[in-house]
Amino acid sequence: MCATCGCADGPARLPIPLHRHQHDDGSWHEHAAAHDAPGHEHAGGQHEHAGGQTVTLEERVLARNDALARQNRDWLRARGILALNLMSSPGAGKTTLLERTARDLAGEFVIGVVEGDQETTLDADRMRAAGCRVVQVNTGTGCHLDAVMVRDALTALEPPDGSLVVIENVGNLVCPALFDLGEAHRVVLASVTEGADKPVKYPHMFRSAGLVLVSKTDLLPYLDFDLDRCTADLGKISPAATVLPVSARAGDGIDTWYDWLRQRNPAPR
Amino acid sequence: MHELAIAENVVETVTERLPGATVTCVHLEIGALSGVVPDSIRFCFDLATEGTGLAGARLEITEPPARCRCRACDAEFQPDSPVVLCPCGSPDVAVLAGEELKIVSVQVA
Repeated sequence: MCATCGCADGPARLPIPLHRHQHDDGSWHEHAAAHDAPGHEHAGGQHEHAGGQTVTLEERVLARNDALARQNRDWLRARGILALNLMSSPGAGKTTLLERTARDLAGEFVIGVVEGDQETTLDADRMRAAGCRVVQVNTGTGCHLDAVMVRDALTALEPPDGSLVVIENVGNLVCPALFDLGEAHRVVLASVTEGADKPVKYPHMFRSAGLVLVSKTDLLPYLDFDLDRCTADLGKISPAATVLPVSARAGDGIDTWYDWLRQRNPAPR
Repeated sequence: MHELAIAENVVETVTERLPGATVTCVHLEIGALSGVVPDSIRFCFDLATEGTGLAGARLEITEPPARCRCRACDAEFQPDSPVVLCPCGSPDVAVLAGEELKIVSVQVA
């Protein structure tokens, strides 16, 4: 018998609980056993349980990642390095935007890139060809970068003081939103080919963004993408974020993106 | 699916805090705005705990609802979607609760 809930142990486990238990503050939890099962008593939010010992931990699940992210952030800040966490769904144009940025700003910024992909060095090869120092991180089955991967990547990248480091996250609008990497700003790309509803469908990702680049705007004439609606939705989800339409291919809006970068580039120590 | 990474983080943290313990139950708090799906955690918890001191442990999840305060009209409200908007229409809100992603306690044998 489970010492906490009094649920009967057995070969079968119920992934979908039988009971939802509502607390006074509106929160609730679920039980796989009936409330009248032995050993199950509630007194307000407190539980009393037969046998075993309850150890209170009260620890945030991502505490370790967040502590490492703070170390990364301190390390970058001490060197006057501007680090961006660039996120989007796969194929939104992150690498294409970075290639153009690296070529156009070659005389202005030293740009280092951390490329996150499940497999291959294709993006790293492209960024190297664009003149960047690159470290590729292959996450295998992993769907996001975390602060440990970025720490190791920064050690390998050895970005010079006062440079720009762009961390191109694994293409994914869900998981990377949860993991602080130590970046100064989060930049999220939403391409017009994905549809204008992506911000409302993936609010966690867009809520954390400091800048949203609506990319591939050169394709707008061929699509029903409603830029006003997308911008209005972003205003609700992420009121503090700057929204910039941009086309890395045609160059529309690209100077505004460069100005955004220049305004945030810390002076080298 | 980041829930597997979350479940692995739970295992790592508990193992680090209580080395060598046999854990029979884990109590997590996963807020409505945390970006983590409790059912997905349940789905991969057994996989993440296999071969560890948490193997076979029962998982109890409390889900605190979201609670926000509007900076424009100062009203406190409970949003009904991850797109947090005050009933007055303002998106400028402070999240008071719902972002929890926490290991509350564990039961050891």
